[in-house]
This record gives sequence, C-alpha cells and structure tokens, in this order.
Amino acid sequence: MTEPMRNGQESAIVVVGLTKSFPGVRAVDGLSFEVRGGEIFGLVGPDGAGKTTTLRMLAGIMKADAGDAWVAGCDVVRDPEGAKHALSYMPQRFGLYDDLTVDENIRFYADLFGVDGGERQARSTQLLKAAAMSEFRGRMASKLSGGMKQKLGLVCALIHRPRVILLDEPTTGVDPVSRRDFWRILYELVAEGVTILTSTAYLDEAERCHRVALVHQGRLLFCDTPANLKAKLSKDVLSVTSGEPRSVRSQLEGAEGISSLVLTGDGVHVVVDDAARRIPELETRLKSAGVPFDAVQRVAPTIEDLFVDAVAGGAAGNA
Amino acid sequence: MSLTRLLAVARKEMIHIRRDARSLMIVVVMPVVLMLLFGYGVSLDLKGLPIFVYDQEGSQQSQDLLKRFEASEYFHVARVVTSYAAIGRALDDGRAKMGLVIPWDFSDRLMQGGPVEVQALVDGTDDNTANVLIGYAQAVVQGYSSQVQLDWLREHGQAMQPAPVSVETRTWYNEDLESSAFIVPGVLALVMSVIGAFLTSLTISREWERGSMEQLISTPVSAMEIMLGKLAPYFVLGVFDVAVCAAIAIAWFHVPFRGSYLTLATSSALFMIVVLSLGFFVSVIAKSQFAASQIALIITFLPAFLLSGFLFAIEQMPVVLQWITRIIPARYYVSVLKKIFLKGTATGMLGADLVPLAVFAVVLAAVATRSFHKRLD
Repeated sequence: MTEPMRNGQESAIVVVGLTKSFPGVRAVDGLSFEVRGGEIFGLVGPDGAGKTTTLRMLAGIMKADAGDAWVAGCDVVRDPEGAKHALSYMPQRFGLYDDLTVDENIRFYADLFGVDGGERQARSTQLLKAAAMSEFRGRMASKLSGGMKQKLGLVCALIHRPRVILLDEPTTGVDPVSRRDFWRILYELVAEGVTILTSTAYLDEAERCHRVALVHQGRLLFCDTPANLKAKLSKDVLSVTSGEPRSVRSQLEGAEGISSLVLTGDGVHVVVDDAARRIPELETRLKSAGVPFDAVQRVAPTIEDLFVDAVAGGAAGNA
Repeated sequence: MSLTRLLAVARKEMIHIRRDARSLMIVVVMPVVLMLLFGYGVSLDLKGLPIFVYDQEGSQQSQDLLKRFEASEYFHVARVVTSYAAIGRALDDGRAKMGLVIPWDFSDRLMQGGPVEVQALVDGTDDNTANVLIGYAQAVVQGYSSQVQLDWLREHGQAMQPAPVSVETRTWYNEDLESSAFIVPGVLALVMSVIGAFLTSLTISREWERGSMEQLISTPVSAMEIMLGKLAPYFVLGVFDVAVCAAIAIAWFHVPFRGSYLTLATSSALFMIVVLSLGFFVSVIAKSQFAASQIALIITFLPAFLLSGFLFAIEQMPVVLQWITRIIPARYYVSVLKKIFLKGTATGMLGADLVPLAVFAVVLAAVATRSFHKRLD
C-alpha cells in the first residue's frame, strides 16, 4: 500500500488501521487518523487508551501488527528508520541522563542528529532561552525540577529542527509555569511549520490543540476540532454545583433522561436529553434525598462531557 | 555507520563512568585489590606448619630428630608437651596441624638396631594439607634414618656407601615453586570478567531501566553504533587494566614474563571481546540492572574463577567438569597467560588456545550484535 497522493503534500502523519496487541490486550485497534502539516494534534484518552503504543509505533520503535503509518512522507511500518531524521519523539518518562548536565544532554542529542558545533550553540541558546533555562546549562539533569526536566527533553528533541514532533503526555506532573512555557514553545514551533502530535490524558489540555482524536480502548471515538467536537454532543449539559459532588452523582445515577455524569472540581456535569424538562426533576430529586447543592444550570459542553458520554453510551449500547 | 554518533555514545559513556563512584572503583581499585589479594592472600604453599611434640624420652637422639623437624622450613615446632591429651586438644582447636610422638624407648631401640616407630597425628580436615604434611614428615624421618644408618656403618668400620638410587629434581618454568607465579597471571582473567561483563551489563540495562533507551532508539543512531559506542570505553579500560595487572605481576610479584607482549595484547583483546559481548548480550536480555549484573557474574566471573585452571588444575577435575571447561572461554585465556608468563611458549605453539578464543570472540560478538534491536518489543 502506498501513501495516498492527496495526503502526500499536506499530511504530516497518516495512520490507517493501525493495530497492536500485547498478550491479553489489544492496545491499538484499527486506529486511523491524519495529522495535517503545521498543526498541533492531540491524541486524547484515559490511561490504557493506546496513546503511548500509537506514538511508539509512529516513532519507529515498536512494530505494528497490522495497518499503515506514514510520518513525514515515510512509511514507518516498513521502514522504521526512514523518518528518524525528520521526527523527534519524547517519551512520557524522562528519557535523558540524570548524571549529565543540561549542556551535555543537549550535545549528546545534537551529535546523534549530526548537528554541528556552531549550529548547536546557536540553536541551544535560543531554545534554552525560550524554555527559561539559560542559567541552568551546567546543572545536572538530576537536580532539575520535573517541569524543567520535561523542558530539557523538549530542547533536546528540537535541537535538530525536526519536521514532526511526537510528544507522549509531555505535561504530566509538570508545574503550571513550566506547562505554560511548554505550550508557548509548541505554538512557536507550529508557527514555523512544525507538526506536533501530542498525547494527553487531560481533557482541558485537549482544548489547546488544533484538532484532537478521542481514543478509548485503542479505538477512535471522534476526530475533529475542539469546537466541532463540543457541537457534536446533541444533548444538553447541566452543571450541578455542590459541596458533595459524589453524593449528587450517586443520587442521580440511572435516573431517567440522564445519559452520563462527570465529576468536576466543584460539582457534577450531568448530560441530559432535554435541559428544560430535566432541571426541575433533578432539583426535586436532590431535595427529597437531602443532598445539598447550590445551583443547577445549563452550561456549554466540554470535550470531557462528550468523551464520557460517548464511553458511557457505548457501554450501554444506546449511543 | 557514523563515527560522530559512535563517538558521541562513547563520550557519554565515559561521563557515566567518571561520575559513578562504583564504576570508578571497579575500574581503578578492583584490579589492584584482586592482584594483591591473590598474590599474597591465596598461597598454595605450605610452610611453617605448627606441630606439637610429645617427646616421651628427651634423649640426645630424640632431640636430634626434633632438630631436623625444626630445620625444615615446612614445620614449626610450636610447643613441646607432655601428654597425648595436650596434642589432642591442640589438633582439636587448630593450634597444631600435626602432633609428633617420640616413644620412651626411642634411643634404646635405635642402639639395638631398631626398628623404632615415631607417631605422627595429622589433622585430616584438609586432605591436601594432610597429604603434604605426611609426605614432608616422612621425608624428614627418612633423612634422619639414613643418617643413623651411615653413623652405624662408620662406627663398625665399614665403607660409606652412597644410596643406590636417588632422584635429582629440577623444576622448570616456576623454579622456586612460588604459588604467586602460578596464580597471579590468571587474575587478569578475573579482572577482565568484572570490567567487561559486569560493568557492561550494568550500563546497557541501566538505559532500559531508566527509560533513556526509549528516547535513544528514536534517533537515527544505529544499533551497531550504540553497541560499539557503549563497549569502546570498557574495551579501552579493560586493556588498560590488563597492562596495570601485568605490570604488578612482573614488577611487584616478580612473576617471570617470558613470552611476547604482542601475544599478551592479542589474547587479552580477544578475551575482552568475549566478555564484552557476553555482558552486552545479558543486559539486552535481562533489561534490569540487578538481574543482568548477577547473570553476568555467574556466566563470566565464576567460570573464570573455578573452571579456567586459574586456581584449580583442570587435569585434576572430574571428567565431566573437564569437558565443561572446554566451553569456558576463560580456560583458553588463562592457559595462554600461564604459558606466556611462565613458559615463554612461542605464539605459533599457542594455536590450541588462541584459535578457540578467537572463535568464541567472533561467535559471541555476532550473537550480541544480533540480539540488540532498536525496538521496544
């Protein structure tokens, strides 16, 4: 199978029916999606959705059982080494060396990608500045905070100016400030025409991507822009603010017209068939059960609502 | 294959070694410690063995016999006691290796022309030592016995006759029968097993364990570049340690070196390839530092210690063990070392050892190369 020509120019990554099984589990199950050149594409799903396995296959470090995948125009299923000069992959776990300094780690990766001394100096100065890490060049990686480690990983991954970047949950366990730096660098890269495929378990982070693919148990649920995804949810979303969200959830579980419940920071999102009809019903039910709550109001759906509703609906068989 | 990438991996490995106290100790201190330990600590020579004496008579004659024991460098008369029980206690608690009992009628029976028996009570817990002791004791008594015979003949006006047959011995290769000369060359094989297999097994498995391998294999660096880059520093350090050990053996322990330095270098390089390949292979398979290092020690250090002929002569092993030693690469390396240190065997005569060593090197290097893929599964 050859890469479809219409994608040859504009698609940085094409995945068609990609499948990978491990003993007892099908981690990736016929996954297909396309990432256009110059976009940030989010692979979104809970732990165990198959995100890491997908990224590893695209990075050419894991064999696919079936399916096809092209990265930067190169068939990575048949020629896993072919795209390695053009891509860079950042595993979820810190993949650099604790006993090397920031500069030594950068130099190592620059050498592996054949970046010469002058270019390395210029590029690393620029990247470290963007990462707000210029004063830590001589520091051992082991002495860096979690957020700085991830930024160093990104600097090493970018030293050779890759065309495609694969990031596996890059901001997990990263402090908010580093997280902001991180996303700023990603947006700057995209402005230069770099394509970014990032996985995340944070659905709020998915909203920062140009387009996202929601995956669950190795299968694709939806793939679209965050705005379109939210519009996809044909149901209404109610927000119940409460100091006891868990009691609210258990009280409302299985009630008529409610298709799913999502715990949020200060309450519960309730996906219902018809807001106008269900709000009074819901209030009555909670009052009679003596569950404390502040307000019930209709809100705009989030990606998380869509995801949870799709998964719950899929499980109930009435999506 | 890119030299830049290979050197980048090698340079990074050197930094790891430099910053890891444990690796540094193994590279710098361990060879010297092993050399001193085996050079001084492990002595197969039996000298100055403590004996207790129960001289029931205390005559001029019995004293003459005792003096002969004293004069021998193998014995040291630790104490003269006055009962069997005292000898028994000394053997029990290890203060004596042998008890010597000279009977009360020793001189009388000698005068009458014998025969007279002296009793030697030997600690048999270590059969090797016991056998050697009995041999030495018999030799001393034999010497005394001949002297008595000669004196008797002389007194009776008969001509002195030399013993009809005697053995004139000369030991070759290790003229002074120093066990350090026998042992010390073999220490090189131990040192290399630790550096080559143990350290290497740690370095590759560490990349797996800490997750850095995942990012490393996502770059254009080839499997061969990773392997050679990782192993090159250990090869250099191993060869350096061989030179240090050889220098200690020659300059400090005065072990003769009669062969060719080129052969020493060649055989050491071959053995180094063997242990590096084994260490690399094990760490690819095991993927955890602990498991890999244990396996590496079991398949390289232990055989080099027990089955290489380093301490224990292969010819004296049970036949089955002798067969097993044939698949132990260290056996061939130790054999070469002993021959070039002590015998000065010409390189051309070492084919029986060098050829198997080279075959092991080639085969194991191929196995190691093929075992490693830039894949997580």
